[in-house]
Amino acid sequence: MNKVFLIVQREFLSRVTKKSFLLVTFLVPLIFPSVGFLVGYLALNDDVEQKVIRVYDESKSIQLESNERFSFEAVEGPLDSAKSRFNSSEDFGLLHVPDINMFEPKGMVLYTMDNPSLTMKNGLENRIESVIKANKLISMSLSKEKLDSLNTSVSIKTINISEGEEKETNSGLSAGIGMVAGFLIYFFLFAYGGQVMQGVIEEKSSKIVEVIVSTVKPFQLMMGKVLGIVSVGILQIMIWVVLIGAVMVGARAFVGTSPQEKMMTEVQTEMLDDATQEKIESSKEEKMAQVMDEIEGLPFTKIIVSFIFYFIGGFLLYGALFAAVGSAVDTPADAQQFMVPIMLPIIMALFILMVVVQKDPNSASSVWLSMVPFFSPIIMMGRMEYAETWEIIVSMLCLVGGFAFTIWMAGRIYRVGILMHGSKVNYKVLWKWMTMKG
Amino acid sequence: MNILEAQNISKSYAGHTALNDVSISIPNQSIFGLLGPNGAGKTTLIRIINQIIEPDQGSITINGEALNQNHIGLIGYLPEERGLYKKMKVGEQLIYLAQLRGLPTKEAKEKSKFWIKKLGLSDWWGKKVEDLSKGMAQKVQFASTVLHEPELIILDEPFSGFDPVNANLIKDEILELRDKGCTIIFSTHRMESVEQLCDHVAMINQSEKILDGKKSEVKAAFKKNVFLLKHKGSFSLEENGVTIESQEILEDDYYETKLKMDGAHAPNELIQKLLSKTEIHGFIEEEPSINDIFIEKVEGGNHE
Repeated sequence: MNKVFLIVQREFLSRVTKKSFLLVTFLVPLIFPSVGFLVGYLALNDDVEQKVIRVYDESKSIQLESNERFSFEAVEGPLDSAKSRFNSSEDFGLLHVPDINMFEPKGMVLYTMDNPSLTMKNGLENRIESVIKANKLISMSLSKEKLDSLNTSVSIKTINISEGEEKETNSGLSAGIGMVAGFLIYFFLFAYGGQVMQGVIEEKSSKIVEVIVSTVKPFQLMMGKVLGIVSVGILQIMIWVVLIGAVMVGARAFVGTSPQEKMMTEVQTEMLDDATQEKIESSKEEKMAQVMDEIEGLPFTKIIVSFIFYFIGGFLLYGALFAAVGSAVDTPADAQQFMVPIMLPIIMALFILMVVVQKDPNSASSVWLSMVPFFSPIIMMGRMEYAETWEIIVSMLCLVGGFAFTIWMAGRIYRVGILMHGSKVNYKVLWKWMTMKG
Repeated sequence: MNILEAQNISKSYAGHTALNDVSISIPNQSIFGLLGPNGAGKTTLIRIINQIIEPDQGSITINGEALNQNHIGLIGYLPEERGLYKKMKVGEQLIYLAQLRGLPTKEAKEKSKFWIKKLGLSDWWGKKVEDLSKGMAQKVQFASTVLHEPELIILDEPFSGFDPVNANLIKDEILELRDKGCTIIFSTHRMESVEQLCDHVAMINQSEKILDGKKSEVKAAFKKNVFLLKHKGSFSLEENGVTIESQEILEDDYYETKLKMDGAHAPNELIQKLLSKTEIHGFIEEEPSINDIFIEKVEGGNHE
């Protein structure tokens, strides 16, 4: 066992001291939030610029009020002369409202020099719709005050009482974290599984492997490699979590709220009329406090422990298979033919996560698929918040059984494969190796 | 005392027999030549001794004890296919390989440094293997094979990959190690390369051992009683049991003659008879080379 530790140590150290590892580990947490921040910043700045829209309103009923996004200027007709005047101006657009029936508002046209964005078109439509709506309500003899009081903003608290005590949950947040965790496992299975295969091929093609297996059992070498690489993965994730956390806290302190959130609210408010906005402002603070509460209320221990379990379990399961493939071939190019059956379940798991689990994490298919060892590391992470305790236990046991099986199978192929050079390998040959005695 | 005893070893791979009932004994502190053509089963036997693969049948003992994991530290193995971790530094690599053989870290470090110095590679301690020349990498590999001071050193085709300078260096190191008490197994199909070094040999052909024993005894058994005579002045011989196989003129009146004798005569008798006939300048018994013996044995075997 001491020797397995030596191998783990070598695999681990030879990877974490590489420049590329340090680069990826420390740059990714800086790059991702930075990109998010930059996109958010650009999007916000873009919107701040006020667009001037000329309104030629033949119906005389659409009273649009300017705000920080749009500045509306009424212009006189006829349309042709309005158009030509607009053409020679710097303004963004010319809105033509024909003489319309309020209940059938058709034929409105926005003339522009540039193509307007979809959010901009939607924003403008929303504004017009609410004006028409207000006009209709007034025509139904409702006062402006009553009209304002119709607008409400609601935010529902969700409380999970299944665990005995009342726990405030935010299905959006915890589900999101589960999804991210599932995706992270997917990503690492590919990135680090490939490294296992590469490492095995390297040992085989550099011929060092014969010396090594004269000192340890092939199985020990395989396990040492898989465990060494999985430790690298765990270290990397831990560094990422800490760094991303730090960067996010830093960014939050700088902007006030995260840029994405700010952009979201910006877009949402755009779609509501002015009266509602105030109410949202007031409920916004309450919401923020709620989000902070929820972050504190998240079952971090459960998430982290289950993440590490599924990460290691999934990696043992797939890492062993990647090692078996590496042992069977002489070059990475030869490995292609065996990669499909390994990669397929990983990709399928991601699809199931994004389609089936996303739709209903407690549906029968979600539950049963999260028990299948080939899928569970990715799927169960995504529905961790919804799963019953027994489901998690069964899923974990299945995963242990699953990786015990693939490791056994891979070990049998590996012990023969690493000493075979230049032989043409297909599935029949792999089967022969696996069933070979001794 | 034999350091290694292999008894009735058989191993077959799907439909192909690699070793068939092979038994060998390797005496302590000997240089043992495991000889045979490519594909004879030498590497299979070596892998079995190294516990890389298991025999289907038969048993191996080392120092009288059944082969087990504790013997790994007693064996040093240089496989036919050489290789090191290319991206790993020379020093780290030696320490790692020594640790895998069971040496504690501190000792592994000391021994690695000692051997690197001995082989003149001190400046390369912190360099990656991929930056080394092929000859230097070979030296590093040799160091990794012997630095844990194994009792049994197994060298598979030791001279095939080495350049002549390194080959000589390694020959010297091997002899030194033998004198210190190591036993060395040479496995090769190039028999002339180990002929002078070995004191014991075993020949393997087509998965079976066809011959083994002390080199001098093997050679004696295959002696043909052919003597090479260098002399001045031609002669002819009418003697029972002695025939002239060939006679060549070297220069002027100098000749080289091959004489074959049957077993009834001793060399001294022959010399006595020759003294009166010619001026003897040299008289030596022609010994069969290991290669000749092998060929004879294999051809004899194939005729059966």
